[in-house]
Amino acid sequence: MAEVVLDRVTKRFGETVAVDDLALTIADGEFVVLLGPTGAGKTTTLRLVAGLEKPDDGQIRIGGADMTEETPANRDTAFVFQQYSLYPHYSVYDNLAFPLRSPRSRWSNGEIKQKVTEIAGLLRITDKLSNRATQLSGGEMQRVAIGRALVRDPNIFLMDEPLSSLDAKLREDLRVELKRIQVDLGATILYVTHDQIEALTMADRIGVLDQGRLVQIGTPREVYETPATTYVALRLGSPQMNLLPVGAPGTQRAPSGAATIGIRPEGVRIGEGALNAVVRNIEHLGAETIVVVEAEGHQLHAYAPQGRSLRPGEETPIHIVDDWAHWFDAEGQRISVGR
Amino acid sequence: MATIRLEDLHKSFDDFVAVRNSNLTIESGSFFVLLGPSGCGKTTTLRMIAGLEMPTSGRILLDDDDVTFQRAAKRDIAFVFQLFALYPHMNVRKNLAYPLKCQGMPKLEIEARIAEVAALLRIEGILNHSVGRLAGGDRQRVALGRAIVRRPRAFLMDEPLGTLDAEFRDLMREELRQLHDRIGATTVYVTHDQVEAMSMGDGIAVMNRGEILQAGTPDEIYFNPSSMFVAGFIGSPPMNFLAGQGPLAPDSGGLQVNGAAVPIPHLADGIGHETVVLGARPEHVRLADDGPLRGNVYGIEYMGARQILTVDTTAGRMRVRAPHDARVAVGETVGLAFQTDALVVFDGASEQAVARLPQEGAHG
Repeated sequence: MAEVVLDRVTKRFGETVAVDDLALTIADGEFVVLLGPTGAGKTTTLRLVAGLEKPDDGQIRIGGADMTEETPANRDTAFVFQQYSLYPHYSVYDNLAFPLRSPRSRWSNGEIKQKVTEIAGLLRITDKLSNRATQLSGGEMQRVAIGRALVRDPNIFLMDEPLSSLDAKLREDLRVELKRIQVDLGATILYVTHDQIEALTMADRIGVLDQGRLVQIGTPREVYETPATTYVALRLGSPQMNLLPVGAPGTQRAPSGAATIGIRPEGVRIGEGALNAVVRNIEHLGAETIVVVEAEGHQLHAYAPQGRSLRPGEETPIHIVDDWAHWFDAEGQRISVGR
Repeated sequence: MATIRLEDLHKSFDDFVAVRNSNLTIESGSFFVLLGPSGCGKTTTLRMIAGLEMPTSGRILLDDDDVTFQRAAKRDIAFVFQLFALYPHMNVRKNLAYPLKCQGMPKLEIEARIAEVAALLRIEGILNHSVGRLAGGDRQRVALGRAIVRRPRAFLMDEPLGTLDAEFRDLMREELRQLHDRIGATTVYVTHDQVEAMSMGDGIAVMNRGEILQAGTPDEIYFNPSSMFVAGFIGSPPMNFLAGQGPLAPDSGGLQVNGAAVPIPHLADGIGHETVVLGARPEHVRLADDGPLRGNVYGIEYMGARQILTVDTTAGRMRVRAPHDARVAVGETVGLAFQTDALVVFDGASEQAVARLPQEGAHG
């Protein structure tokens, strides 16, 4: 494993700037998640690190060495794609062993067996080792694909939405497993996704991308609790942060220059306070109930208090908790206020 | 709008029973969800209501009309498919008008209907656009509009949000539900996604292997699941199941779980044999130093408004929903306690839940 540095990297495709002056250091043993919608430049960034694309500007360093002009093979990265590609005519064992049998590596059969068994155990596919790849379920295939990267000891793992093709339950399990494996192996991972839950739950640091630019990077808590822009604020949290123009209810304490107030759903209290609101929509999710309330023409998402049943059309007082207010200027940039 | 009733509805394909003796009443104007894994019979049930599939036996009633063997076109029901098929060579307005034209409706009335539906779906601005250029959400709205414009007695929807990405699905979920509240049409909605079912349904029927296992409101199904299958299928993360030691008397008030005594609600019945399963949803477990179970924290998932902890206990791996500011670290040993009145006790042999007796003012 090694430290990976993207030093002011830019990549253009014709007129489009896919990656724009990106500066990012992934420390040795760190799990960095790049979060953004389709077209934000996530996959291009991975491909630049892997050497599948050449940057127009900037430098890529792996373990201190300039790799900008190196071939993919010399960079020694391991790529896990969104769509698992296994050798269908091979067994699971042979699929996992394949990277270790390449002429570049000098592993004995005994060493290969030990490594494959270890990784299969981590991914809980030990009982599938003699199965053919085609006899596996989707979730098992993706675990084998991840395992095929993990058997190697590359400089960095590059993962492109590896969980997105799995069903919800399996994704939940694999999130916990993948994070645990990363910690246990001390693996360096650059992982891209558009799923904010994956980013929040697995990352040591999240980098939020918008049209090729890195808008914010920080720990999940930093990015969730102090988003640098309204764009970042909306990308994290479900339901999304409520954004209201200054002048709307609850914005009396706006600092100078503020144009927008942001309040997370957990910062809106239902059934207390001085603001009058009407319940517009209710989503019973079991563990929590999400309500949409309307106050003075503005709709807000909030969590319903426990043990209280609300109905659409019902009037209720609401309170916006001051400590939960985020302020943004007209350009959507965060305004820091002392708390 | 119509009430839909299924009476002993049965469908087999050769030896395979797709739907087994189903009975269900879907109230007029309600949004009803058929929920289950793939192959559970939910789509077959929907197709029988639509008239696209004939039942082997049983009856389907629309209000009090027996429509069991009526042709699909006669039933006056609109079917919205998983993949939205629009006529690519027609613009939005013509796509909406087409079903009405086929009915021979006068031109002026068609215009009025389209204006009404366009306002309802907020697509007035794109009526003259070609459908090929539409964004995903607008395509979806046009496809819905084509169903709504006929003013059918009921809407049937087969995983209409299945192909959308997560963020957009959240948005469309809310939009579909609010649309339903505006038009109030009886809707039967098929999905395998429990979040969609919980958040949109007035009623849910959970199906598995052709059988309706439980039908009720989302809250009934979530808090009083009738079986381990239902309990495990609904909720994210799913309910924790812990092996307990039977036999169990109805009023014992406690269950031995791996040597620890866990307080449980009073039950309507006892369990006469050894295999008892305790069901606890992640939000009904809390960190408590003096709790009956102890475990080691295997993983922590920070989610902004909350954290999900994965804890390995002597009774198995558990998921715990903790507040966002709970201070805990991977590898730490923690105590776990339960919200007694929310626990569900299952007969481990039949995997059926044992009904709880209501407790007076009990909490925690």
